[in-house]
Amino acid sequence: MSVEFSFDDRSMTAHPGQSVGAALLANGVRSWRTTRFGGRPRGLFCGIGVCFDCLVTVNGEPNVRACLAAVADGDVVSTQVGDGHVASATERGADLTSDGRGDERD
Amino acid sequence: MSVTDPHFDVAVIGAGPAGMSAAATAAGHGLRVVLIDSGRQLGGQYFRHPAPGLTAPWLSKLRHGWSHFEQLAARIEASLRIDVLFEHQVWAIEPGFTVRTDRGPIAAANVVLATGSYERVVPFPGWDLPGVVTAGGAQALLKGNLVLPGQRVVVAGTGPLLLPVAAGLSVAGAKVLGLFEANPLRGYAKHPIPLLTNPSKLLEAADYARRFVGNRVPVRSGFIVIEAQGADSLEAVVVARPDGTGRRRIPCDALAIGYGLAPQIDLGLTLGCDHTLLADGTVALRVDTDQRTSIPDFYAVGETAGIAGVQTSIAEGAIAGLVIAGDRTGLKALRRRRDRQRTLADVIRTQHPIPPAWRDHLTPDTVVCRCEEVPAGAITEAVEHLGATDTRTVKLLTRAGMGWCQGRVCGYAIACLAGGGTPTDLLAAAKRPLARPVPLGVLAGQDQRNN
Repeated sequence: MSVEFSFDDRSMTAHPGQSVGAALLANGVRSWRTTRFGGRPRGLFCGIGVCFDCLVTVNGEPNVRACLAAVADGDVVSTQVGDGHVASATERGADLTSDGRGDERD
Repeated sequence: MSVTDPHFDVAVIGAGPAGMSAAATAAGHGLRVVLIDSGRQLGGQYFRHPAPGLTAPWLSKLRHGWSHFEQLAARIEASLRIDVLFEHQVWAIEPGFTVRTDRGPIAAANVVLATGSYERVVPFPGWDLPGVVTAGGAQALLKGNLVLPGQRVVVAGTGPLLLPVAAGLSVAGAKVLGLFEANPLRGYAKHPIPLLTNPSKLLEAADYARRFVGNRVPVRSGFIVIEAQGADSLEAVVVARPDGTGRRRIPCDALAIGYGLAPQIDLGLTLGCDHTLLADGTVALRVDTDQRTSIPDFYAVGETAGIAGVQTSIAEGAIAGLVIAGDRTGLKALRRRRDRQRTLADVIRTQHPIPPAWRDHLTPDTVVCRCEEVPAGAITEAVEHLGATDTRTVKLLTRAGMGWCQGRVCGYAIACLAGGGTPTDLLAAAKRPLARPVPLGVLAGQDQRNN
């Protein structure tokens, strides 16, 4: 028995009960977020829900901790760009306020 | 869904070894218990295990003291007096007690804090590259998911956790390119009594040594990772002695790094529990011989009272359970066991400090606060040119420590860089008013329910 999910339009399989982060790593994916300011890639770090580095978008919902969320059959997982509330870093650029960091924090 | 009405005798926060032991003991004496955990299973970090149906031939080799878990789990599952609430995040505890969770408040006459610990890591160039994981993170990935963080792994940092991590990765098929312990281990020779009175620990260490030799895992002490290299993910680490000599570049695709564990005690600190700074710079709740904190009817067990390992956690959970139930039978023997183990834990703490040299290897663009992407240069600027002399001022000037993790990851480093790591700074870094990020809607909803 296995779970089918997709990551950025690639289909992947995982074992039931695995976390989204574990499933991605097992499929050779090492990063699934780019940071808000530097656009740097991030993936799993603390692995136990403390650091929030592994945030990812699952079924359209941003800021899901990949190390905690269990992967489910049919999940659509996608790389989270910035805070996940904008489509891309370039689009987000238009929303930035004068301090260059934006104001839409969670 | 919320659990508001039942008034419990005991709320146990955390379903790891300490919490399981407290809940099973209290319920065994007729008390109504609620056992709350943010995860989906009993066992916490130490007894983390894969979902049913997920297994591997080597799984049993990752497990230590598994029979303790099975016994505790059986007692909890058989008890009609324990409500187990999984996937409940506790973000505050109010006097009386009201345990605030993301799914509603829970009332209880006594609280046992068994929230365990989290890992300390100090920054170094490249530590934000994918492929760099905490030692505990590597362990969780393996124990809970049977997945490796990489195929060619370096394990580094300091403390006893590195041993099972390196052994586990190796058993599961990773090539462990080296275990680098920052501190020289000869200091243990000065403390023979605590070691000899805890022979199981000595045997455990000997067992790891044998496995490392058998699996050709090179073990070096007195070395730290001074840099992680790679474009978009980890490609190599550079290890060296703390003074920068003896540099060696090791190509790898994962680094599991940890500088020891720190008690997760924000719920107790916010409530006003007395706390104490330990030899390794961690902050623990102060408890008496019955695991009572300075707040009446509020107990701290296991790692929350200072990192001491699984056996201590189980003993302390049982002590708190007995004390709350008012049954002193067997208490003396448990206390003796606890004291003997805590003596060894105090020795271990003194042998594994974070080598201060980590600061010498930072570059101005080394990310210190991972959440807010604050580089070391910005913190130096705040301290040297803007006059910041404490963690709080550095936070306000740079946002370091103000992100999602609330400074859990960088708090120690910021305390050192901002104020030189004084006790005041280290204590300040441990405090946070809400133990978990809470959506405003949850806060508003709980207030309404209160009125």
